[in-house]
Formats: sequence, C-alpha cells, structure tokens
Amino acid sequence: MSLVATNSGKPLRESALPVLKGGYSYASISDKISDIVLTRPTHWGWVVGFTLCSVLTLLLVGAMSYLFYKGVGIWGVNVPIAWAFALTNFVWWVGIGHAGTFISAFLLLLRQKWRTSINRFAEAMTIFAVAMAGLMPILHLGRPWFFYWLIPYPDIMNVWPQWRSPLVWDIFAIGTYIIVSILFWYMGLIPDLATLRDRASSRAKQIVYGLGALGWRGEARQWRRFDTAYLLMAGLATPLVISVHSVVSLDFSIGNTPGWHSTIFPPYFVAGALFSGFAMALTISIPLRAIFGLKDFITLRHLDNIGKIMLVCGLIVAYSYLMEIFMAFYSGDEFDQYMILNRMRGPYAPIYWIVILFNVVLPQSLWFKRIRLSVGTLFVLSIVVNIGMWLERFMIIVTSLHRDFLPSSWDMFYPTFWDWAILVGSLGAFGWLFLMFVRFLPAISISEMRKLVLEKKEGEA
Amino acid sequence: MTSASSLYGLIAEFADEHTLVDAVRRARADGYRNLDAYAPFSVEGLSDALGFRKDRVALLTLLGGIVGGTGVYFLQWYTAVIDYPINAGGRPLHSWPAFIPATFEMTVLGAALAAFFGMLILNGLPRLNHPIFNAPDFDLASRNRFFLCIEAADPRFDATLTRRFLHELDPLKVGEVPR
Repeated sequence: MSLVATNSGKPLRESALPVLKGGYSYASISDKISDIVLTRPTHWGWVVGFTLCSVLTLLLVGAMSYLFYKGVGIWGVNVPIAWAFALTNFVWWVGIGHAGTFISAFLLLLRQKWRTSINRFAEAMTIFAVAMAGLMPILHLGRPWFFYWLIPYPDIMNVWPQWRSPLVWDIFAIGTYIIVSILFWYMGLIPDLATLRDRASSRAKQIVYGLGALGWRGEARQWRRFDTAYLLMAGLATPLVISVHSVVSLDFSIGNTPGWHSTIFPPYFVAGALFSGFAMALTISIPLRAIFGLKDFITLRHLDNIGKIMLVCGLIVAYSYLMEIFMAFYSGDEFDQYMILNRMRGPYAPIYWIVILFNVVLPQSLWFKRIRLSVGTLFVLSIVVNIGMWLERFMIIVTSLHRDFLPSSWDMFYPTFWDWAILVGSLGAFGWLFLMFVRFLPAISISEMRKLVLEKKEGEA
Repeated sequence: MTSASSLYGLIAEFADEHTLVDAVRRARADGYRNLDAYAPFSVEGLSDALGFRKDRVALLTLLGGIVGGTGVYFLQWYTAVIDYPINAGGRPLHSWPAFIPATFEMTVLGAALAAFFGMLILNGLPRLNHPIFNAPDFDLASRNRFFLCIEAADPRFDATLTRRFLHELDPLKVGEVPR
C-alpha cells in the first residue's frame, strides 16, 4: 500500500467556498501557473514593490557594513539592556517562518486539501524569514566574525561549545530548521521545475530549469519514492517547528530575569509564532493573488481558514498573557509582580497596551465570518497582528531587562537610526527575496494542483 | 524504422490516469516486465500496478535519524565528560537533560538529509540525460499526458508484436524511443 493515502474515490467535501474554482484541467492549470514565470509580462505592481524592496535591501547592507565597521555601539543597546531590536527581530522573524512549515507539513499530515495552493509560497516565506532571523544573532555579537565558535568542531584552541547553554541549542535548532525547510521546499519544486524545463521556449531557461529539475522524469517509481520522502519530511518538520520556537524561548526562560524565568514560555512562544506567521501569510497572499491573478487558486476559502487559525492562535496568546499575570501574583515573587505592574504602568506602558489592543482585542473580530471574508479588513488586521507581535517580543525583552533586581542599574532603551535601519532593511530584504521567488519559480505547486483537479473531478463524478 | 539495437523501447501515450493504470496492469498480465510508466503527478496505485512495493526511503530515513541523534549525543558526552570537562556550578559532567535539544535537532536533520538524498539516489537522480526524453511528445509528461514505455530490453519485446499490443490499450498514439 502506498504510504501517501489520498481521498480519491471519496468525494471532496464541497462547501460554499471552494478550494479551487471549477473548470480547470491538468493542462490549463499547468499552463496558468507556469506562464506567470515563463511568458506573462511583468506586472507594474511587481516592479514598484521590487524597486522599493531593492532600496531597503541596500539600506540593510549599508547598515550591516557600518555595524561591522563600528560595532554594536551604533545601536541604542547598553547595559542593562544588551538585547533589544536585534533579538526582537530574531524572535519575530523565526516566528513568521513557523506558519509556512505549519501549512506545508502539519496540514499535509492532516490531509487538509486547502493547503495545496498556498504551501509553496508559505514555504518560501519560511525560508526567507528564517534567513532574516539567522542574520540577527550574528549581527548582535560583539565579534560577529567568530559566530562559528558555536559550532562544535575540533579546533586548535582545544575548546568545545558549552552544551548546557541554550544559545548553543539555538544554533542547532535554527540551523536544522533552515536546512530542513530548504530541502522540503526544493524537493516539492523538483517536479515543477521539470514542467518549466519542458515548457520553456528559450534555451537559457531550459538549461537553468533543467539543471534545477535534476532530470526528473515523472516515472511511477520516482513518484513513489518522492511521496514517501515528502511525507516523512512533513512528519519530521512538524515536531521540528514546535521545537525551534521552544528552543528560542529557552534562550529567555533559562535565565533568571523576572518576566523570562517561566515554564509557560515554550508553548506561549510557539502560539505567538504561528499567530504572527499566519498574519504574514495573509499579508503576502492578499497582494499576491491580486497582482498575479491567482484568485481561482487562492480563494476566499483560504483566507477564511487562515483567519480561523489566527483566531485560535491569538486566543492561546491571550491566555498566555493572562497566565503571566496570574503566575506573577500567585507565586508571591515581588520581582515578578513588579515586572507585570511596570509593564502596565511603567515607562513602556503604551507598548503593553498596544500589544493588548493589537493581539487580543482587535483579532476578536475574526469571530465574524463577514470579517474573515472581507479581503481589505483581513489585510489591515494581518498588519496589525504583525506589528502587535513584534511589539510583544520587544516588550518581553526590553521591559524585563530595563528594570531587574537592582534599582541602581535600571535604565531605558531608545532605538537609534541604525536600529530602525536593520529592522526596516530586513523587511525589505525579505520582500526582495520573495518577489524574486514569485517571478522566477512557480509560486503554487503545479503537480499537487493537478492532483487537486483530479480529486475535484472525482468528487463531481 | 529504427533498428532494434538503437531502440530504447516503444511508448504509448494516454489521455488520463485510469487508462494508464489499466494499460500497465494489462502489460504486466501479458508478461512484460521492463515497463516504465510516466505521469505528471503521483497517480494512486500506479507503482503497485508496476509491481513496485519496497521503496526503502523510510528505512534510510530511520537510519539517518539514528546516526544523527546518537552521533551528536556521543559528541556531547565525549566533549563534556572526557575532552573538555567544565565544572559549572557543581552540575554533573554528563548532564543528559541539557544534551537533549541538540540530540533532537540532529535526529531530525539526519533523518531529513537521508530522506532527501536517499530519494534522489534511489531514483537515480540527478541524471540530466535519459533515452526517454527522446520520445515523441514527452515534454507533455510533465503537463497533462500519461505514458507507458515497454523497454527493448524486455525478454518478450518484439518490435512488431509489442507495437500491436500497445495499440490495443486505447492509446492516443504509439511511438518509438530511440536510444
């Protein structure tokens, strides 16, 4: 029996909102998706976005160069707040990556058919977000050129990494995550690259896509091994994604700083990661389907489902906020109690209340189907949640550090131009990579869409 | 007509997946063994119809996971206990709970690398050139057409009889695959 069981034979449950608009055949769906890359002229929206993102990418490169030249002193960080924007960006970007893996791996295991048309670009989102995340811890090192000291290798200094440190766990988690995400994404791309190879008209495209396709022939035995490997990779990626943000949260909760030293952190961070990740999936898919005419494939059903998942993740995040407050007072620990009161009433109070508004109050509108089906509202809401989650990470990092056990060492953090340049520049570089991806690679898995066409056909028969 | 020695096989083109699976079953029933079926997506039951049951990818993945996990656990134990022992707050040198995160991550990494490269190697990829790419219309194998190739290496292969047999399977057309 094949490892990959499908629903063939059983009709797909067709609701009022279809996963795929009707009337597509194997040929027309292949052509429609591959033509975006091969023949369609470049849309002005793409050009505008690409220009803007290129400028911001240059800003990132400039900010990084100046940082390497001058040192971390160009940022607003100092003792006691040695971690600020860089770590906030790191946690936020890793979190955004999580939704991509969740869509492509976890929903595959659950046989959610609606994942098919969004998994490819969600995986790309993961890779680019994790790439941005991976930069941040390196940038915030005092001597970034020694970052590889975290990797265990037999060196002439005869030292090894400290295995009891979460920072060492981190490099294993993030390293594994980026490698597995790239493999999973590339593996899914192989049959589609073969389609592009066979449909490309110019010799140069045939060669480039042909090299990427590795000579894929679509032979039945190849497909069988491909299916097994793909399913196993999904099975591996699912616990991996949970472990990655758990390890990231341990960077904080292993420390004894008030507000960090808590066992709720791993699930709290994972839920927050999915929350911001699905928000980013919406932020990306809404313009994508408009600019590239993909409304037949990325339907209102997808937006509706993403909205529901965001609602659930948001409720878990809200519960975590509540538990943080409860545990601080239930524990009787005066430092924890002060930390909570300081968040609510201290100098960073506006950030706390914006976090509550953006992550807890406004997402409650997703209970209403009207909101989940209104594309414009969803887009605004997704940006609100992205901002809210970034501020949440900032709040966790900075409010805990700026007033710890010893009042004599209390201080404030104010970002400099270079702090903002790294954040905005990383957004630009992420967008740049994503725009390159949608222009040169199929943003929707063609071979899986053919299968969806088959299942739709069998469902109707 | 191509001479028998320069022929890779005969190929039949089909319009949908059911005809292809039927064709494969009938060819197997007729005694052909060196068959290859090509489809633009993973067709349910096609590899079973070809008599292909053990893909061995899962076994390789398991081995990759075991090697990754035990390897990095051993490395942690060796470096923390034997080669570079550090007394951190009186904690035992072999503090195994702290070794779990890296062990878990490397288990996943080892398994994923084995799944990916195992799939490629068992599939004989990368192989950019293959006689089947000479087949007529084969560029449609990655779009909307389904193909069955009976290789000339098959003991039952006979240029005339096999061609006649393929015509009986309700194909869109039958062609030759030069080597």
